[in-house]
Amino acid sequence: MKLSERLASVDRRLLYLLLSLVVILPLVLKPKTRVRISEPVRDAFQAVDQLAAGSVVMISIDFDPSSAPEVQPMLIALLRHAFQKNLKVIVMGQLALGLPLAEIALNQVAPEMNKTYGQDYLNIGYRPGYVAMMVGIGREIRDYFRTDYRGVPLDSFEFMRSVHTYRDIGLLVSLAHGAVAEAWIQYVGGRYNQAIIVGCTGVNAPSLYQYLHSGQIKGLIGGLQGASEYESLIAQPGSATLGMPAQSAAHGLIILLLVIGNLGYLLSRRRAKT
Amino acid sequence: MIANIIGTWVAATLTLAILSFLYKDNPLYKVAEHLYVGISAGFALIYAWAFDVYPMLVDAFRHNLAQKNYWEAWILMVPTILGVMMLCRSIPKIAWISRWPISFTVGTGAGLGLVAAVQGYLLPQISDTLRPLVTVNNFVVYVGVIATLFYFYFSKEHKGGLGVVSRVGIIFIMVAFGASFGYTVMARISLLIGRFYFLLHDWLPVIR
Repeated sequence: MKLSERLASVDRRLLYLLLSLVVILPLVLKPKTRVRISEPVRDAFQAVDQLAAGSVVMISIDFDPSSAPEVQPMLIALLRHAFQKNLKVIVMGQLALGLPLAEIALNQVAPEMNKTYGQDYLNIGYRPGYVAMMVGIGREIRDYFRTDYRGVPLDSFEFMRSVHTYRDIGLLVSLAHGAVAEAWIQYVGGRYNQAIIVGCTGVNAPSLYQYLHSGQIKGLIGGLQGASEYESLIAQPGSATLGMPAQSAAHGLIILLLVIGNLGYLLSRRRAKT
Repeated sequence: MIANIIGTWVAATLTLAILSFLYKDNPLYKVAEHLYVGISAGFALIYAWAFDVYPMLVDAFRHNLAQKNYWEAWILMVPTILGVMMLCRSIPKIAWISRWPISFTVGTGAGLGLVAAVQGYLLPQISDTLRPLVTVNNFVVYVGVIATLFYFYFSKEHKGGLGVVSRVGIIFIMVAFGASFGYTVMARISLLIGRFYFLLHDWLPVIR
């Protein structure tokens, strides 16, 4: 069998095994890599960093477990940063399966930073039909959320008494894996001039750069790379930073396989011609 | 503590069951797949009741009645009736009734969407494109936008000057596809890393 034929008939399961090894080894060996901070992530960091202590940050959980490995580290890093700055955090969710991820992150980060539910942060839950809710909060948040997710009235939390509309929210953060981030930008950014930053999966990042370029969002954290950059900026490396060497190794393998595959294709085509 | 350990073991078993599809389709994979679909649907149903129907309808109705806000209480019957009409879709004989709430939803969505599309997308993007040609980046944006628009102009055959411009347009489109595909590969690898991280960190104490 010729080399080109051999290359074309490699069992795909061998490639899966190779990719698994390339991902597992860096996770176990933990090689040190330098994280270069990109401008969109630095802008997102500064948007949070420049808020005065006591300002309200609303974090919308617009992702679910299918994209948690990329977006969950962003949520954890953002919560750490917000709590460090003594900001008040309101968490809400647009996807039914997303809100438990917010609870997991809050239960991890809040005790680390000595933050108390109701005083420093609040989870107001989930409402289906996000477009009407997004526009409605511009009028009064209580029209859609009269209570937190446990059924306690919003006005029983001191910091919430002064929060009514987007005017009272310093920064809106959409952590998204789909079209919800664009809805926040178009409906809330466009109509109410709300300052917004977006953390999203790698798949969504290219379509959001146009909003960054036009100034409709203050910053963009894209994919695991973006999450690791944010972790570096707050000097608290987490799972994203740990995953980046594996990411680079996997990319290297994919590029190598692309080159080998195309070489095999070119060789077989040349042979067919002769 | 015990609940956490059981949860981690269940999650790890289901992860391995799903990954076993890479070898070949098998009953273990099918069980995990069906569990995911069923649990997601159940979760969505509970959330719809706990975070939508109960607080926005049942609780709001009772609250407004108690406050003697009769108008605000009874107006809630309008969306309730529309919601019930929507359910008629599952009964073929009266399925036509569901067209009314659907048209209401489409009308509201279109109205909201139109304003957002113009105010939050079209105008800011046009205004951002119209930048002075003083930097290379701005020049590239101009060429890219114009050439891509010409590529989607189908009223005239793409020959001569129009053909050249539309070919430039397709280069820009391909670059955009390439960037998008590159990011997609990165995202998929991240998911794999996430699962291996869970297996090696939370399930097996290999990474500490």
